[in-house]
Amino acid sequence: MNKRAYLEDKAKNIRILTLKCIGNLGVGHIGGSLSIADALAVLYFDKLRIDPQEPTKRDRDRFILSKGHAGPALYATLALKGFFDVELLDTLNKPNTTLPSHTDKNKTPGIDMTTGSLGQGFSVAVGMALAVKLDAADIDVYAMVSDGESQEGQIWEAAMFAGNQKLDRLIAFTDYNKMQIDGTTDEINDLEPLSDKWKAFGWHVQSIDGHDVLAIDEAIERARRTEGPSMILLNTVKGKGASFCEGKTASHNMPVTMDMVEEALKELM
Amino acid sequence: MELKNRQLREIYADLLVDAAARNDAIVSVDADLRKAAKTNAFADKYPERAINVGVAEANMIGVAAGLANMGKVPFTHTFTPFATRRVFDQVTLSVAYAGLHVKMVGSDPGIMAQLNGATHMSFEDVGLMRTLPDMVIFEPVDGVQLAACFDEIVAHPGPVYIRLLRQEFEAVFEEGTSFSLGKAHILEEGDDVVIFATGILVAEALKAVSILKEEGISATLVNIHTVKPLDTETIVRTAKRCGGVVTAENHNVINGLGSAVAETLCEHHPVPMKRVGVMDRFGEVGKKDYLMETFGLKADNIVTAARDVIRRKEETGRKHG
Repeated sequence: MNKRAYLEDKAKNIRILTLKCIGNLGVGHIGGSLSIADALAVLYFDKLRIDPQEPTKRDRDRFILSKGHAGPALYATLALKGFFDVELLDTLNKPNTTLPSHTDKNKTPGIDMTTGSLGQGFSVAVGMALAVKLDAADIDVYAMVSDGESQEGQIWEAAMFAGNQKLDRLIAFTDYNKMQIDGTTDEINDLEPLSDKWKAFGWHVQSIDGHDVLAIDEAIERARRTEGPSMILLNTVKGKGASFCEGKTASHNMPVTMDMVEEALKELM
Repeated sequence: MELKNRQLREIYADLLVDAAARNDAIVSVDADLRKAAKTNAFADKYPERAINVGVAEANMIGVAAGLANMGKVPFTHTFTPFATRRVFDQVTLSVAYAGLHVKMVGSDPGIMAQLNGATHMSFEDVGLMRTLPDMVIFEPVDGVQLAACFDEIVAHPGPVYIRLLRQEFEAVFEEGTSFSLGKAHILEEGDDVVIFATGILVAEALKAVSILKEEGISATLVNIHTVKPLDTETIVRTAKRCGGVVTAENHNVINGLGSAVAETLCEHHPVPMKRVGVMDRFGEVGKKDYLMETFGLKADNIVTAARDVIRRKEETGRKHG
């Protein structure tokens, strides 16, 4: 299997498990979970130097899902990677689960930071990349922010600081699906010109198709070669891969029935 | 290290430098108040481990949480209102809920913001931090107490909020006095009333004890340097012995030491009690003496409260005795 087919297969399986996991519960953050499936496939099945048998290994690469509401997609990815059994996904948000709606480093193996209050995870990722710099450690720190999240002031406090600190080992992504809870980002509080903003803060910026696994793969490799922190704007579609929610603002957090999931699985197969 | 005739911020900076020499993981994180905290002494010695995020307190807490998440022991600093209320969500989630060992110094507590006035004067910081599970809140009285607890603060596996005076303090403790986080310190033993005091109110309480002694009233004085976790055992034991309680704090009486003691005693051993502190007011600009007077934080206020408590204690005794 060539690389594209391999990573696309992983992305497809992440989507399948994410849909089943949210469908099983009946409600969830489906839109912003499906939109990052391709990036998660590239990170967890090609880039991150991690070991599911040793999830807290000191010199592992880190991934911080600052848009913590996409927890289900990351749980699906971690299950596929072997951090825990796929069956565990059925416990999402149920009493005593280790898989809460928003990611929690003290509950779930493989989660590197507790997130959910937007803007904070990214700032923490910057601190982690700073620690890597202080120790001259061979660790890459990846962070995923959402577009709506980029309206938070803390994102830009952290962006300014990371740019000035020239944090070479920090690679961030924006899930730029251009939708947030109350509408499209351009009608709520427009982020544009987003590339120019990150450039102005001292970041290396790339804007790519966020659903093209090889484009993501290449962008990460370019980011690793450049000096200073790197932002990869992933132009994505909210709810990508399931027509009941694809491109729909309402998909941020919506009821999902098993019938909808069955229909979506047929589309994905 | 000279612990008496110096500013508390200088002692803090020296302690940090000292600890950093023994522990590679210690880093100092400032938000453009390095000069105010004198942590430039740390920056001179360990420039690469001295981080300044600029005027961005939310990011300061986020970056510190990230450093802690990678094994560093970060000490952040800003003024008390910005160390707590401004970054309360960051402290709640990125630090406390995430279980990360960030040490947060808030300087110039309560009225000690003095000429910076109401905007910089927090009477609610202890209340905010006290409602966070696992938070340790430590308010040193003087350099001896700060130095005695510093290694414990560094080694504590969770977050610590340190309510630190920057400049003048009244030296209360003899060098070599031992203290432990979470363990109340008894300064005077008496039978008629117990005074629980913290921070700058300890020196006032000592004066109050002398005045009361002249009136034939013997008071126990306990310094609660750690408002959380509260030394419930010492509080209940001394309250049982004296039968009347006064608390004294440089903070709103709502949600600070007075509240903490009242909650504890109501559940374990209710006795007549009076709180000396800021009576649910905002701050105002002024020098220490003026503010102590204005907000009722003087020895006289403690004495009046003690007399009141003893009177009520005796009335209750007559009723029930």
